[in-house]
Amino acid sequence: MNAIPAHGTPSRAVTKAQAAPYWNPYLVGFLLGLVLLAAYLIAGRGLGATGAFSSVAAWVANAISPEHAAASSVHARYLASGTPMQAWLTWLLIGSFFGALASGLTAHRFRIGVERGPRITDGQRLVLALAGGVIAGIGAKIARGCTSGQALTGASILNPGSLVFMLAVFAAGYAVAWLVARKEWI
Amino acid sequence: MFPLYMSLDYSQAVSLGLALVLGVFFGFCLEKAGFGSSRKLVGVFYLYDMAVVKVMFTAIVTAMAGLFLVSLTGNLNLADLYIEPTNYPAAIIGGLVFGAGFVIGGYCPGTSVAAVATGKTDGLAFVAGIFAGSYAYAEFLSGFDDWLAQSAHPDQTLPVLTGVSMGWYLLLFIAFLGLAAWGMGAVERRFSRT
Repeated sequence: MNAIPAHGTPSRAVTKAQAAPYWNPYLVGFLLGLVLLAAYLIAGRGLGATGAFSSVAAWVANAISPEHAAASSVHARYLASGTPMQAWLTWLLIGSFFGALASGLTAHRFRIGVERGPRITDGQRLVLALAGGVIAGIGAKIARGCTSGQALTGASILNPGSLVFMLAVFAAGYAVAWLVARKEWI
Repeated sequence: MFPLYMSLDYSQAVSLGLALVLGVFFGFCLEKAGFGSSRKLVGVFYLYDMAVVKVMFTAIVTAMAGLFLVSLTGNLNLADLYIEPTNYPAAIIGGLVFGAGFVIGGYCPGTSVAAVATGKTDGLAFVAGIFAGSYAYAEFLSGFDDWLAQSAHPDQTLPVLTGVSMGWYLLLFIAFLGLAAWGMGAVERRFSRT
């Protein structure tokens, strides 16, 4: 499972210790399901990763020009619920950064570097990562959620829209992976 | 009794603190699954590593089972949970766009944060991209967003729409997970790249 050959260029290994293997995916899935269940039982809602970005975007737009920000119904929707630091999803995202950091450090997996397929350069990979982020960000805004907020959260409560979203993600994922992005990854 | 925010009526600071704690566990799970690695994530599309499906479906089944069982005990009314309004055109268009971004970028939003936390500069580029995409969407596509919003229907779930109990869907998902778990091992061996 850890045997995918490394092609990136880790410029600086923070620790020389060998990276610990990842956990069994079914075990992690069970634990992740418990976290999702806990979110539902505590806050009455599931998880989400993209909302925080929109909160910050709306806050930045408002800082530049309040009139301009108010003219966008999307910015206005996020501004209505306060600053990013008052948003539930922002704290969830901050927490997930530290949770991943703790897991990565204790498993000796923290490495500064670019991760890429064998046939492209680091520079190309960074450009594609940025472009993919823009595209995924726009997709998540259209769908009102991403893999966390729609797929995981919605599927577990059997929201039919979330199940359709998941099918669409995989349909486009496989099509783009094999028709367009093969050189990037394999 | 559940959700707790309704029965305990705690302050916003407590609510945000709980979000932080849930986030820590969320990010911890993502990293332990190997989802801070783009090559592991895209393995699902090239069929050499199906961890994305294994983790997601197990998580979905676990949470679904938990919600169902807790609601059976009478401590949770499922109607009290927030359900994102169902919007098929938005789910299809957004899902297709998102799926393309996932493969090209190598991450999804949550996993890119795990990537940044473990030092991946491509993860940082992806995070910058999500921010730019979210900003651009609000700036240039708010009219499209208003149009999409018209086709949204609140509070829809399959049990509500079909009248079939959540327990039957849960059994279906468990059966599917079992079948998929059996098939995915064979797929990974066939498409192995090591």
